[in-house]
Amino acid sequence: MLPLKWEKRLQEYLKNRELWMKELYEAGRVWEGRRKFLKMSAMAAGFVATKSFVPHSFQLVDVVNAATPATQGNKPFTFAYISDSHLYEKTLNERFVRQLERAVADINALDPQPDFVLYGGDLAQLAQPGELKLGAQILKQIKAPVRMMVGEHDWFLDLGDLWKELFGKPYYSFDHKGVHFITLMSVNEKDFWTAKNLSPMQRMQIVSGLDDGRQSPFEVGEEEREWLARDLANIPKTTPIIVFSHSPLYKLYKPWNFWTDDAEQVQALLKPFQTVTVIHGHTHQVLSNRIDNIHFHGMLSTAWPWPYAPQGLPKLTMQMNRPDPFNQTEGLGDGIIDVLGSGRVNKRYDLWNRNPLFVSAQYLDSNGANDVPTKTTLPSY
Amino acid sequence: MNKLQWIKLFVITLCVLSSVLFYQSVKAQGPVQLPTHPPAKGDGKSLVVQLCDGETNLEVKGVKPGERLNPDQAQVVSNQLMAQWLAKQPKEVAEAWMKENLTSQQKTTAQTNPNEASTQDQPIDFTARDYQMWKKELDQEVSYGDQIFHDDKLLGSTNGVSCAMCHPHAANTHPETYPKFQIQLRRVALLRDMINWCIENPSRGAKLHPDDPKMRALEAYIMAQRKGTVMEPGKH
Repeated sequence: MLPLKWEKRLQEYLKNRELWMKELYEAGRVWEGRRKFLKMSAMAAGFVATKSFVPHSFQLVDVVNAATPATQGNKPFTFAYISDSHLYEKTLNERFVRQLERAVADINALDPQPDFVLYGGDLAQLAQPGELKLGAQILKQIKAPVRMMVGEHDWFLDLGDLWKELFGKPYYSFDHKGVHFITLMSVNEKDFWTAKNLSPMQRMQIVSGLDDGRQSPFEVGEEEREWLARDLANIPKTTPIIVFSHSPLYKLYKPWNFWTDDAEQVQALLKPFQTVTVIHGHTHQVLSNRIDNIHFHGMLSTAWPWPYAPQGLPKLTMQMNRPDPFNQTEGLGDGIIDVLGSGRVNKRYDLWNRNPLFVSAQYLDSNGANDVPTKTTLPSY
Repeated sequence: MNKLQWIKLFVITLCVLSSVLFYQSVKAQGPVQLPTHPPAKGDGKSLVVQLCDGETNLEVKGVKPGERLNPDQAQVVSNQLMAQWLAKQPKEVAEAWMKENLTSQQKTTAQTNPNEASTQDQPIDFTARDYQMWKKELDQEVSYGDQIFHDDKLLGSTNGVSCAMCHPHAANTHPETYPKFQIQLRRVALLRDMINWCIENPSRGAKLHPDDPKMRALEAYIMAQRKGTVMEPGKH
């Protein structure tokens, strides 16, 4: 039994909470309106007449403005992404499965449909056949074509045997509407297991621990870098390049492998090109960076959010709001990437429990001066 | 039903009931039994004092059980007990103890010098061995916590979710912000309340008794990761 005074306070809190929930619901309805408006604006860029449509429309207008100067060159298009689902088998963890299915439903509901969907890696948690096959089955429900990328959680049980059997090559390139796309396998690790005589499962478990220092740092590796150099040899330097890599293709925080050990060498191969964008997974958060000509964007996870690294966070990153531990889909989501005529991209993070966060090409191009994303109220500790 | 079947039914019911009762009684005891020193038995007429090793006893003639020793008597008793203990130790242990004890006694004597009167009530220094021992004990606790934090099975998770999956190196656990009011828990939460919340919800496990060795180890690990952080109880 609580003392009477506390009982009273508790009642007050509960009352306030109810009011707050009501407000939240109202806000949600406003947001629904905005979502519809966004769909319209995607169909007819430049349609800004209804500026007073919602109270917070400034962000939206910026997106439209950013799209305007870039309509020269290639034809703009959109692709979507889902990433880092970390599936266990359904009998063990049904929630992660449900969350991937939610992302698939999100993408299937996009109107117009994206040109294709990137799956950003870490489909499985421990690369078990049951996990990878379950993931493959769920991803089959996506209406648009799917481009697969591999993550370390898919790889280190059988070093990619089953993944390759299910999804094909771990690194490849393709062209789409004037943009050259490259998917890398950036989570190779130097052999730390043979000397210690570890079983495949022990190896997988070590790699699956983000803060497990017994593993090696991620790298693209020499063989793949040679392939990349050959692949880029015949591409004109003015062709926009978009690279997919599971780990960020720069060095952020080594203790969590927010890191690619040969990042500088890969960046050097990309440097001669005018317009390069890297889309990466692994970090489970809103993450933006720019190094010279290269823009970097992270992807959201559908399984759980990671905290921001205690050091090395790029200056251009506008943090997502700190996830609420009492809500298990907080900080999660999927998103879309608008490829502009210039080949630069506007990135939209569709957070499931919050307004979406936009990081535009203009923001990164201007080094953070223009088109600044909405600032978070609760940064990480 | 015939007589035999009735008897069978009765026996089965009895078994189930008694096992439930037994389980409840075991559960009620709580998980941790700290070591206790059983009280020494004397002749019942005089007070028996026991040394903290739990083995060495001394009967104090002329003082009845339950009576208080005055400080002088107590000093004599403790000296005698220590002498008894020393006599039982192997030679090298006894010598090492004597050496250490003499050094600290010399220091205490030096401190009683009137010129250093202000430091008179300072305790004797801790030895390197003390620090080493404490560190070892703490490291053990923290490393056990580290293990539980990273192992879903050890934690008792039923869905494969471990603590470290959302909190690498215990990041964003912010133990320095507790205690604080959590509307979702409807009370002021301690770190252990949030640990239990995470065990029960994202990890779908059974919550731990506050004195469970696993809970103590988890708290030790989480706090050790934030060493040097400013305490900010109530921060949201």
